[in-house]
Amino acid sequence: MSTPAVRLPRTARRPGRAAEALAGYTFLAPNLVLLGVFVLLPLVGAAVLSLQRTDGFGAGRFVGLDNYARLVGDGLFWRSTLNTALFTAVVTPLSMALGLGIAVLLNSVLPGRAFFRSVLILPMAVSGVATALMGVLVFDENSGVVDKLLRFAGLPAVPWQSGGAAAFVSVVLVTLWWRVGFNMLIYLAGLQGIGPEIYEAGKLDGASGWQAFRHLTVPMVGPSSFFLLIMNVIYSFQVFDIVFVLTGGGPRNATSVLVTYAYDTGFVTRDQGYAAAIGMVLLLVTLAFTALRWRTSRSRDLVG
Amino acid sequence: MSAPTTRLGTVPAPTRPRAGRRRRERTLLTLRLVLALAVSVVLLFPLYWMVVVSLSSRAELLGGDLRFWPRDLTLENFRRVLDSFPVLTWFGNSVAIAVVVALLTVAVNLLAGYAFAQLRFRGSGVLFLLALSTLMLPVQVIMVSLFRLVTGLGLYGSYWAVILPTAASAFGVFLARQFLIAIPRELVEAARIDGAGHLAVFLRIVLPLSKPLIAVLFFMSLLQTWNDFAWPLIALKDNALFTLPIGLLYLQGQFGSDYGGTMAFALLTVAPMVVLFLGFQRYFVQGFARSGIR
Repeated sequence: MSTPAVRLPRTARRPGRAAEALAGYTFLAPNLVLLGVFVLLPLVGAAVLSLQRTDGFGAGRFVGLDNYARLVGDGLFWRSTLNTALFTAVVTPLSMALGLGIAVLLNSVLPGRAFFRSVLILPMAVSGVATALMGVLVFDENSGVVDKLLRFAGLPAVPWQSGGAAAFVSVVLVTLWWRVGFNMLIYLAGLQGIGPEIYEAGKLDGASGWQAFRHLTVPMVGPSSFFLLIMNVIYSFQVFDIVFVLTGGGPRNATSVLVTYAYDTGFVTRDQGYAAAIGMVLLLVTLAFTALRWRTSRSRDLVG
Repeated sequence: MSAPTTRLGTVPAPTRPRAGRRRRERTLLTLRLVLALAVSVVLLFPLYWMVVVSLSSRAELLGGDLRFWPRDLTLENFRRVLDSFPVLTWFGNSVAIAVVVALLTVAVNLLAGYAFAQLRFRGSGVLFLLALSTLMLPVQVIMVSLFRLVTGLGLYGSYWAVILPTAASAFGVFLARQFLIAIPRELVEAARIDGAGHLAVFLRIVLPLSKPLIAVLFFMSLLQTWNDFAWPLIALKDNALFTLPIGLLYLQGQFGSDYGGTMAFALLTVAPMVVLFLGFQRYFVQGFARSGIR
């Protein structure tokens, strides 16, 4: 193993910059070809398609910004946008708070920590479809476990399938079940980078448990929070499996989100140009959020 | 990042705690334990319930008074599902697609990660940013035009329609670059001065050092592809080429409210990854920690 395969004469050695550049491009080529063909090319295609009027899967006719103009007056589009925003605003802070809470718990003195960690991140291994089907099972209006428990506790039944708000809550709860483990994992990694001497110093200064958490833990896991905020928001903008399988966007569009609407438009009613326009809106919102978040975090780091 | 034993060791008792304090600590410990158990029970319950329902007889499920453990355990749901649907074919499809994607991902991302981490060349920074920016791109934004592209290439409805777009993910590039940047440049340069070509350096130095990275990349890609739903749903049309999640949805559509059968199949699709995940999670956690995503 110690002798290199290729032996060049000693005089010709000194590997040149050109050779290194050539090697660099060659090593990158497979990756760049895949990304170029299957990500960047379709992205350009989506932008062009969003300016077209299409019939089914046939070639489109250029209509300028008509699709975007149509979005403005489309009630279902606004409903889906609102639902996506609401879903994001609820799921992101909840999954981060729960994830941090559980991570702090698992980072403290606790017997069987490895066991608990395994249990808590287990949902990450389950597919979205299976997760949603378990949700169907647990939240069934007639035979679901949750309603059995409610009845047992003498509480009224909840219309998980027929009530809009209840259906939305069930989507959020199932999502949290699926996502909290990931948040916990990232926070746990962040917490393990904090030295115990910081807490000891805090204790000497007379900080209570809550004060230590608020003024030491939360700032120290700032980078994890930043990463998770972006990941959770992007995930929430794109939520699909859970909604598609658990509620199908119903009842009466109460859980319709941008992606399920785009899917229905593109592949059920086959209005592909319009679906592409919905996708472009999703992209713009994602980019705007990322840029905004990036800027605020940079400036905060500079100030603080 | 360190092992639990050393972390436990960081909670010292420099002076012998007095009895009152020790009692308080014990109460606190019990409280934590109860909390951890409660959270675990809530999170494990749906999985447990899936197992119970899949093992319950139809009569018992229809009877309505389901208990937390069924009276008569039965495998009839599994038999019914296996008899009515090409489950083994779907299983094979999932394995084939996930393994090919994982191998492709490892190869492609390792090469690119090495180039970004160790080689200096014009445009490397811009190309890295370009690759990274595709991370932010929701797949759903491009699904319609990707569908048209795949159809135009004549791939629609084939394995490759799922494999190639799935393998084009930038996340692995990022992970690989972060990992490989830790290899000392001197090591690479010394080998180069000894006359090794770039490929030789990659094969003989980088590859043997990358085993943990390869394991993480392979496993993460396998898990993701195995569970992927939206794109295979769009890219596959033929029942015989379905992957497990698509098959699961199809079966649910056919079986309606046959929860026993649906959960039996759901269990079959979930079990392999859960087992692998439990075995692999140590590397998985380390992979996240070492890649600096924190």
